[in-house]
Amino acid sequence: MLFSRNGRSDSTALEGRVVAPAQGIDECLRVVVTDGIISAIEPAPASRLVIAPAFVDPHVHLRTPGREDEETLRSGTEAAAAGGYCAILAMPNTEPVVDSAAVLGALIEGARAEAVVPTGFMAAISKGQRGEELSEMAELALAGAAAFTDDGRPVESAGLMRRALQYSALAGRPLALHCEERTLSRGGHAHEGRVSAEIGVGPYPSSAESLMVERDLALAALEERPLHLMHLSARESVDALRRARDEGVAATAEVTPHHLCLTDDAVRSLDPNFKMNPPLRSEDDRRALIDALRDGTITAIATDHAPHARHEKDVPFEDAPFGVIGLETAFAVLHTQLVLPGELALEVLLERMSAGPARGFGIAEPRIEVGARGNLVALDLDAEWEVTEDGFRSLSANSWLLGKSLRGRVVRTIADGREVFAA
Amino acid sequence: MPELRPPAAARRHLLSVQGMSREDVERILETARRMASSLDREMKKLPTLRGRTVVNLFYESSTRTLASFELAAKRLSADTMSIRASGSSVDKGESLKDTASTLAAYDPDIIVVRHPSIGAAQLVSRCTAASVVNAGDGKHQHPTQAVLDLYAMEEAFGRLEGLHVAIVGDVLHSRVARSLVQALELVGARSTLIGPPTLVPRGMEALGCSTSSDIRDAVQADVLYVLRMQRERMAPGEAFIPSLREYTALYGITPERVRPGQVVMHPGPMNRGVEIDARVADSEAALVGNQVRAGLVVRMAVLYDVLTVAPVAAPVAAGVM
Repeated sequence: MLFSRNGRSDSTALEGRVVAPAQGIDECLRVVVTDGIISAIEPAPASRLVIAPAFVDPHVHLRTPGREDEETLRSGTEAAAAGGYCAILAMPNTEPVVDSAAVLGALIEGARAEAVVPTGFMAAISKGQRGEELSEMAELALAGAAAFTDDGRPVESAGLMRRALQYSALAGRPLALHCEERTLSRGGHAHEGRVSAEIGVGPYPSSAESLMVERDLALAALEERPLHLMHLSARESVDALRRARDEGVAATAEVTPHHLCLTDDAVRSLDPNFKMNPPLRSEDDRRALIDALRDGTITAIATDHAPHARHEKDVPFEDAPFGVIGLETAFAVLHTQLVLPGELALEVLLERMSAGPARGFGIAEPRIEVGARGNLVALDLDAEWEVTEDGFRSLSANSWLLGKSLRGRVVRTIADGREVFAA
Repeated sequence: MPELRPPAAARRHLLSVQGMSREDVERILETARRMASSLDREMKKLPTLRGRTVVNLFYESSTRTLASFELAAKRLSADTMSIRASGSSVDKGESLKDTASTLAAYDPDIIVVRHPSIGAAQLVSRCTAASVVNAGDGKHQHPTQAVLDLYAMEEAFGRLEGLHVAIVGDVLHSRVARSLVQALELVGARSTLIGPPTLVPRGMEALGCSTSSDIRDAVQADVLYVLRMQRERMAPGEAFIPSLREYTALYGITPERVRPGQVVMHPGPMNRGVEIDARVADSEAALVGNQVRAGLVVRMAVLYDVLTVAPVAAPVAAGVM
């Protein structure tokens, strides 16, 4: 289900404070990797580095095929390696859409030639992501699809959504849903609230997300099928998810670093790098997202890494496309803005960036134990660095963090037994 | 394409009423009054901006705003040129950024921008070295309109402090309403937004105004400020009101709805018979002509102000910088 350039397996060792919440480890150790496998874990002297299971990002736009000027399998996975990731899942809203075994097969072949970090490919729920007929999910799953999504757009028809839930049992892979009721969000460029009223941009209310979340959770309950909710942004959505989980619905969910760190106040600048879908919402929504991440209602942090060519973002706010990049800054910004001020424990952040998303998509959890594949990240929590346009491995630089100073840095990444990044 | 020069730190822009201080507004009004007295003279041209260049970059059709900026620049002896969206490279698909940076190569001191998209003036201020004056960006802001409205109100009442302005109509799509509410708040006047609930966005109260859907709430106001019903901004199939007929019945400003002593203002162009009855538009109470005259002197004052007044110390995002 994950594909990358075949190559060597490395032998190396990482030394530092090992923080592996799932394995209950938090002490200074030396982790020895031999031929790609963790072969020994030994006591070690104190060090400034933290060693953790490497990260998993369930929501990345690699823009391939179709927009290789914005990102390629190589550049996107190099960005992932620099961000500490050992596995990523790519979205199918490309040109053409990944809705057939042929397109998927070409991507898998491409990943085997180019991907530095193991990459899974989601396929579309509906043909062409048009929301009219189901894609051939069973064949796509056999061909290696990691999951199914129409991300970028919702499955508008409730009837088709229900069929997708039923049929996904055949594919045995989860459905990941972009929840948006478009009759409420149409023409919307920012969260409906004080800021949108003030600056006059078309409003995109919380209910545009939460109504669809409630519909999809109801259908999941009806069909007794699991689902994954992507990039949640609103308190109402989180509340609906919590209720459904309490009632036994097998729902997982993700949240992005920008929704955890920003509110719609940032939109006042009219800088297109603060324009995302779903939009940045209120401080109350942000608090709800942090609480849900802490208590495990939200199981995963996903970057929704969305590269855009410079000329596409260099336009008036209203004309700009949605989305920002995030792979290379996710850990650092969450460490700086949530862990250091005491909003989120480091252990929780590490779990939600690694084991949480892995579990949701049936990816082997990165573990630090003898015999496991080496999927490790070394972090320097004291390192301060500035986000600059030249610093990205991604082909695009549409980051909301340009010019900002961050604390905490990925210094080494081992993915599937290979060293893929060293600062 | 010429390389962009780094933006000069000391430039001043007028992008939004937000970020203007009361002092900024009062200084511009005072300058406008001085400009007005100069216009009473036989020789109307002032040498103030001789040798300066003002470019009007207009991506939306506009009669009065463009005319008034052009004339304002000429009365101040500036060299001026106006570029309209039609019949230029804009029609060939050139981006706003490229057009702005091409014009920047002529070293204009001021670029006046009107554009249908929110954030256009901000974008131009980021990619040229000129001072930028926002002449309307989508539904966002139209700061010179707000200041000229204050000017006309002060002319009519002799004061601004304590005035009550009822702004009636399509607030949702109105950059004029947004700018005016903020400007009134700055000078100690108050405003009430009146219109159907579908056209008065939630959250506007945070700007310091009250809201209502009952036209009778306009009776207490000193000023009835009537907004244009912007049919062109309503996508087909997404109507915000059932019909213009019903709108006019509920909110149209007829002579019966104007209390003696009230004045009526309208930013133009008017839809007679829709938001305003022709009898009101042509009555003594209507200040529409005063608004147009105020537009000229206020725009002269703004052009003068952005080039001559010392920049504020801390740049304020989206405001006067």
